[in-house]
Amino acid sequence: MDSYNAPESTPSASSRPEDYFIGATPLQKRLESVRKQSSFIPTPPRRKIPQCSQLQEDVDPQKVALLLHKQWTLYSLTPLYKFSYSNLKEYSRLLNAFIVAEKQKGLAVEVGEDFNIKVIFSTLLGMKGTQRDPEAFLVQIVSKSQLPSENREGKVLWTGWFCCIFGDSLLETVSEDFTCLPLFLANGAESNTAIIGTWFQKTFDCYFSPLAINAFNLSWMAAMWTACKMDHYVATTEFLWSVPCSPQSLDISFAIHPEDAKALWDSVHKTPGEVTQEEVDLFMDCLYSHFHRHFKIHLSATRLVRVSTSVASAHTDGKIKILCHKYLIGVLAYLTELAIFQIE
Amino acid sequence: MSPQKRFKNVQAQNRTSQGSSSFQTTLSAWKVKQDPSNSKNISKHGQNNPVGDYEHADDQAEEDALQMAVGYFEKGPIKASQNKDKTLEKHLKTVENVAWKNGLASEEIDILLNIALSGKFGNAVNTRILKCIIPATVISEDSVVKAVSWLCVGKCSGSTKVLFYRWLVAMFDFIDRKEQINLLYGFFFASLQDDALCPYVCHLLYLLTKKENVKPFRVRKLLDLQAKMGMQPHLQALLSLYKFFAPALISVSLPVRKKIYFKNSENLWKTALLAVKQRNRGPSPEPLKLMLGPANVRPLKRKWNSLSVIPVLNSSSYTKECGKKEMSLSDCLNRSGSFPLEQLQSFPQLLQNIHCLELPSQMGSVLNNSLLLHYINCVRDEPVLLRFYYWLSQTLQEECIWYKVNNYEHGKEFTNFLDTIIRAECFLQEGFYSCEAFLYKSLPLWDGLCCRSQFLQLVSWIPFSSFSEVKPLLFDHLAQLFFTSTIYFKCSVLQSLKELLQNWLLWLSMDIHMKPVTNSPLETTLGGSMNSVSKLIHYVGWLSTTAMRLESNSTFLLHFILDFYEKVCDIYINYNLPLVVLFPPGIFYSALLSLDTSILNQLCFIMHRYRKNLTAAKKNELVQKTKSEFNFSSKTYQEFNHYLTSMVGCLWTSKPFGKGIYVDPEILEKTGVAEYKNSLNVVHHPSFLSYAVSFLLQESPEERTVNVSSIRGKKWSWYLDYLFSQGLQGLKLFIRSSVHHVPRAEGINCNNQY
Repeated sequence: MDSYNAPESTPSASSRPEDYFIGATPLQKRLESVRKQSSFIPTPPRRKIPQCSQLQEDVDPQKVALLLHKQWTLYSLTPLYKFSYSNLKEYSRLLNAFIVAEKQKGLAVEVGEDFNIKVIFSTLLGMKGTQRDPEAFLVQIVSKSQLPSENREGKVLWTGWFCCIFGDSLLETVSEDFTCLPLFLANGAESNTAIIGTWFQKTFDCYFSPLAINAFNLSWMAAMWTACKMDHYVATTEFLWSVPCSPQSLDISFAIHPEDAKALWDSVHKTPGEVTQEEVDLFMDCLYSHFHRHFKIHLSATRLVRVSTSVASAHTDGKIKILCHKYLIGVLAYLTELAIFQIE
Repeated sequence: MSPQKRFKNVQAQNRTSQGSSSFQTTLSAWKVKQDPSNSKNISKHGQNNPVGDYEHADDQAEEDALQMAVGYFEKGPIKASQNKDKTLEKHLKTVENVAWKNGLASEEIDILLNIALSGKFGNAVNTRILKCIIPATVISEDSVVKAVSWLCVGKCSGSTKVLFYRWLVAMFDFIDRKEQINLLYGFFFASLQDDALCPYVCHLLYLLTKKENVKPFRVRKLLDLQAKMGMQPHLQALLSLYKFFAPALISVSLPVRKKIYFKNSENLWKTALLAVKQRNRGPSPEPLKLMLGPANVRPLKRKWNSLSVIPVLNSSSYTKECGKKEMSLSDCLNRSGSFPLEQLQSFPQLLQNIHCLELPSQMGSVLNNSLLLHYINCVRDEPVLLRFYYWLSQTLQEECIWYKVNNYEHGKEFTNFLDTIIRAECFLQEGFYSCEAFLYKSLPLWDGLCCRSQFLQLVSWIPFSSFSEVKPLLFDHLAQLFFTSTIYFKCSVLQSLKELLQNWLLWLSMDIHMKPVTNSPLETTLGGSMNSVSKLIHYVGWLSTTAMRLESNSTFLLHFILDFYEKVCDIYINYNLPLVVLFPPGIFYSALLSLDTSILNQLCFIMHRYRKNLTAAKKNELVQKTKSEFNFSSKTYQEFNHYLTSMVGCLWTSKPFGKGIYVDPEILEKTGVAEYKNSLNVVHHPSFLSYAVSFLLQESPEERTVNVSSIRGKKWSWYLDYLFSQGLQGLKLFIRSSVHHVPRAEGINCNNQY
């Protein structure tokens, strides 16, 4: 087949491609960034190893405790239109009435009425990568105890939070009418997530999409989290591969002592403070060859579906559990990056 | 006004209101005007059409009887009259007959409503009167207001009240104005207390409620009623309308399954209503009723994310009202200043209110609303566009059946969604950036089969941009599919690239002319734009050449390729853009030596248009004198002249292998064709040979053997006329412009070197 060679253009034009986008509208800028993203490998070839963030010190430790050791379902979220942090109280009231109305289809409820559930909006001060990142916030649904004498704050039925960690690439492209919190994490019944998501979509003209993590990104997580310096390990490093075969798929689990994993990482790691694509590939290849030597199975032919470390564990379905307080921001930064990639 | 005078008016009104719709009344009106001395004429007329005349007379009698009946009712029952019941019955019958047949004039309705609700007669009579108050065309608002005022006096029974509300709901659309009635909103609302009336009042309020009627105290009242009566469908409907207008005050979600919310109050008047509608059809369009929102019709869907793919149109009331239960004065003023979306129904309305339009809470909903599409097309408001961009990008990604996961189950739905988008793009004559971004992401994963027609249409609506930037993202992926797919796929791709070219050209030709007025979104130089277009054309040339080889010079494919060049050859003249790009040799010679006459004809047409465009360009250059940036290089002219020489050689001068196509004489010897020189012209060219034979047979049908070489001299021009008569217009234009007048000097004299 011929290689395509555009003959010299007919009009003797002097312009170069950059001439096209002088003073382009924000939408064109946005398209430009999509083009850039689509034309290269989807993720940059190097990233920082998660560090302990300074800003994270401000976060209320009680709230951090709420976020750790829970399994979160991940969603990406487009910028919220006309969201205001000063209206959180009002949002609670509206969302509360909305949920009640949705649950008892057909029965109207007054906004502000006293219901047996309560919606609480609260900010997660300090949960950000840079000062420019908008404040993260938390939404909780709490069941109110019927008996007034008992503990007023009842059981937490559902929790969800919105955050943006190092979201510069997204923040640059939107105006002040929008609040960019591209990462949404939910814990609780999916029916609740559905109701609350619907309310947000209607109210702030945003869009939730489930955020899956592909094997490529799981490998990156494995490498980055193994690279984190830990005082003590709380869990073994474990990988789960899935072999698609009928009638039932076969899962292969591979657990390694975290210190061994760290030692392996140190042996492939060269650039201080950073993780590169080559290092990730090498790290995974070492695991594959080790496994092959013992079991004669080529793991590279299967699909990586889950990675668990002492820092966090992630499943390809878009589920995550963060274990280590120190690297909370680091883990979220990478998830934010994936979420932004999905909404760009 | 004396009663007599008024009756005349009534009559006149009755006629004018019916005149256009009822032939019979028109005639009767004409008859009344006749002088009694003309009765002869009438009887003559009557003889011709006895049945008609009988009916007219009948009508007239009815008219009089109705007047008398109404007059009777207005006076009230005459006590101590002997024949009271009989007279009453007679008059009631009259009114009923006329009402059900032709409807009543608004003045008559006014009087009858008054009578029915004032309690002059008994309950049974009131009921009968109310049941037959059917308008001929419209009901005046004043009559309704007056009637409502009777309700306060307490002279009518509960059942009459119920019937009146049912009547009001049924006739709501025929009331000429509703402002005054809306002022009575509070009164109606108070009537909700009455358990018997409640369902009908709910229905009336449902029809009547405007945004400003929704007040916190009313919301609370309705909720109290709900608490008292439980989940009543009529209350649900009204509550959901309240929620629609004031989501910050109330929340309700209706069951997904369709349900009837109001008892059918119209049953009593079903046939009459139909007749009125028929009478009214034409001048006054039926007023649009507020819909309950699609909650009651949309099917249950699999995802929580969206009950239907495209959100429902809803004003953005949340964001505005947030935090304020009591509305401040400035809020109220603002509110009256903004134009609610629910009322937007016509283009003039859009134009008048474009500065104060209340935008939908979910921008995606504009996709189903052509008026708002106009709006987002001309608005340069960044948040509006960005909201739409995000919504469309994400929805495309989520709905796409092959992008995230392969889920071909919902293929139909995705196809419908794409169709909606394409309709919107065609409507606006502009592509959406979200679709372009979506193509970047999804094209590499596309199998070339799924939603092919839709997907390729999206390609043709890619907004104009730099070709070299788009090529690696889109066209390289498309080329892979192109080369590995069937000929039909290739043709569809070429078709959509032709449309893409056309869209770009239209956009650019508009943009150049608009430039002084608006800021073009792409601040391009004309040279840059032309460069991009020319790259697209060259790219398609490359695709076509390769495809021709892969498909072994398929005529079918060649048609699609030449269609593309039919657009290309006319850019200078049709779009007023300084660009002429010729086709690659691989296409030109394949077409020239094709066995298909229609191909050759199309080629002739294209060459003819190229010639027109190039001469026009040359002329402009000479006029302008100054050396412009867009003088075509001499190469283009040389190339064209070269093609032209080949063509004239092959079709006219029978010198095919001299100047144009060069083939080594030794090779020609080897072919064994003795007279290769004469084997290519308008007679001997394989695609014309059959025409030549038919021509000769037509000349002398008896001939056993035909000698095509005999077509020369005079016969040659007859033959040409024969060809032209066979519909070969392209050939005709080509020969007329490029050959006929200068048969010897082939080529055109617009070479730069001259």
